[in-house]
Amino acid sequence: MTAQSTTVDPSEIARFSAIADEWWDPNGKFKPLHRFNPTRLEYIRDRVATHFGRDPRSAQPLAGLRLLDIGCGGGLLSEPMARLGASVVGADAAERNVKTAAVHADRAGLAIDYRHTTAEALAAAGEQFDVVLNMEVVEHVADIGLFMNACAAMVKPGGLMLVATLNRTPKAFALAIVGAEYVLGWLPRGTHTWSKFVKPGELDSALTAGGLSRVEFQGVSFDPLADRWRLTGDLGVNYMALATRPA
Amino acid sequence: MQLDKEGGARNIACMTQPAPTPEAPTPAPTPIQTADLVIAGGGMVGLTLAVACARAGLSVIVVDAEARATQLDEAFDGRASAVALAACRMLKSLGIWPDLEGEAQPILDIRVSDGRAGRRPSSLFLHFDHGAIGDEPFGHLIENRVLRRALDRSAARLAGLVQINPATVLRVEAGPDRTLAHLSDGRVLAAQLVVAADGRNSRLRTAAGIATRGWSYGQTGIVATVTHERPHQGLAHELFLPGGPFASLPLTGNRSSLVWTERHALAEALMQLPKSAFDDEIRRRFGDHLGHVESTGPRWSWPLALHLADRYVAPRLVLVGDAAHGIHPIAGQGLNLGLRDVAALAEVLVDGHRLGLEAGDAGLLERYQRWRRLDNVMLGVVTDGLNRLFSNDLAPVRLARDLGLAAVERIGPLKRFFMRHASGTVGTLPRLLEGRPL
Repeated sequence: MTAQSTTVDPSEIARFSAIADEWWDPNGKFKPLHRFNPTRLEYIRDRVATHFGRDPRSAQPLAGLRLLDIGCGGGLLSEPMARLGASVVGADAAERNVKTAAVHADRAGLAIDYRHTTAEALAAAGEQFDVVLNMEVVEHVADIGLFMNACAAMVKPGGLMLVATLNRTPKAFALAIVGAEYVLGWLPRGTHTWSKFVKPGELDSALTAGGLSRVEFQGVSFDPLADRWRLTGDLGVNYMALATRPA
Repeated sequence: MQLDKEGGARNIACMTQPAPTPEAPTPAPTPIQTADLVIAGGGMVGLTLAVACARAGLSVIVVDAEARATQLDEAFDGRASAVALAACRMLKSLGIWPDLEGEAQPILDIRVSDGRAGRRPSSLFLHFDHGAIGDEPFGHLIENRVLRRALDRSAARLAGLVQINPATVLRVEAGPDRTLAHLSDGRVLAAQLVVAADGRNSRLRTAAGIATRGWSYGQTGIVATVTHERPHQGLAHELFLPGGPFASLPLTGNRSSLVWTERHALAEALMQLPKSAFDDEIRRRFGDHLGHVESTGPRWSWPLALHLADRYVAPRLVLVGDAAHGIHPIAGQGLNLGLRDVAALAEVLVDGHRLGLEAGDAGLLERYQRWRRLDNVMLGVVTDGLNRLFSNDLAPVRLARDLGLAAVERIGPLKRFFMRHASGTVGTLPRLLEGRPL
């Protein structure tokens, strides 16, 4: 696999390489995301493969699928998706993230189309995807309704959207903000604003408004004893949603 | 091949040029071959890992210091290994078993007793019958060269598995996106991960700055094969003698493999004895219950030591088998621990591969280390304690351990616990050790 051309200026490669190393250091700043990654990757792979009638254990279960990773950050999801065969567009509103991700994918020999843009701009340009990944983004955007509409509009008929976010519950306040940011120091203080967390009912309304139908909600909890994230029935803190656009 | 070597050598020469300015770093040598995994050491552990990973779609290059033909020769390694039930299940699951089935001797009974050379074993002893925990044997005795040959056949059938020998991985150079393995023949391989399966004195472990802890036992292990008149009925017998344990392990036919531990000085003398005198020493310990006994083929000896690596992982490097741990052979668990490492590492890497994670992903390696390190340290400590308890001729200690053996013999649950440990079916098992596919 050869990397295709990116938006990166060679003079900036050194600078963004350093940032990429930071993003990809499993014990660095983004450690919580690295810990969480296998659990959400497995969920995405299994649901997408099942929906499109693929074997999740095959070498490239996502082969031939066009996939958008909205809010791609350093590419922690985009790269595994590309290895599993998807044709990936990674989009991020922060230019620094896009350049960082592009440098890393280039070094890893992966062809990923990273773009410094927004969901709204992509939707306005008429982009269409088999799968839209909307992971840990909605709790950061200014207007959920607008953002979700733009994301939903890019899901092809018969396509899928996966959303991951945090629930606006007292428990989420205790664990995700007090616990993760203040007590454990897993995340920088101010990473999350509790009032922007999204209740499942609100997410459901936004999906419906965008013409999608929700298939399921799935809770995700951290198991401190096993030091691993697990899928659970508890939607009280971290949860994911799976939705389709009827064909 | 010749061209490859020259190309590699030229690239190495480039590396030794004075470092230019930081703006234009030295170009890395162009790797001659690329793979997901480079395994340094193609012994039983390294090659089993290679087969497991290659079957699941990872590309693997195995580098070994010995030419393949040398390794398969009886004179290279005439030893046999007790492969526990769980590890046998893995060999079956990996398709390796059919190539060795006819030459694997099932262990049907285990007998543990206390004694002195030239006398009958103490009447207080432990007897384990495999029927008490299920209908499968505790494990199989497999001659190392038989296992190596079967592994080699499996390896040859896998398109994604390449063997390079004779050559050594001299050093590795881990970068953020890949690691380069520099070989003794000048070649350079690029991989996502290098596995150090390069044995007890692992060069790659030392180079990575990973320390080991442990001590020498002041004992030597002697291995020899004997033939006897009457069949052994699949009985493995471990006799605790003052110099150390003396184990006879059933091989196919009327043969047994002896694993015999003695103080260094005595062992050295034993190794020098002519065959007839050596056989007399064997008979004093082995007894006459199987009729006439005599040694056949060469003898091997090696100093016994405990060593446990502080860490099993470094950036894009992971330790397995003897590179990570070496324990006393008292419980016949050395290779089994290595094969348990293989089962855990293969599962972690293959599961990660199927999630689109690359083999060098530090999160995956950390999971392997957490999974295996405690188990290996525990067994290291247990075997150390057993050796101290049994390599001892003080009367009160002898009495206590005889009573202990007799007590275990009478307490059903305790006995079953020991038997499950002997067959390696305790703990959170990797799928391969349960006989399930990856």
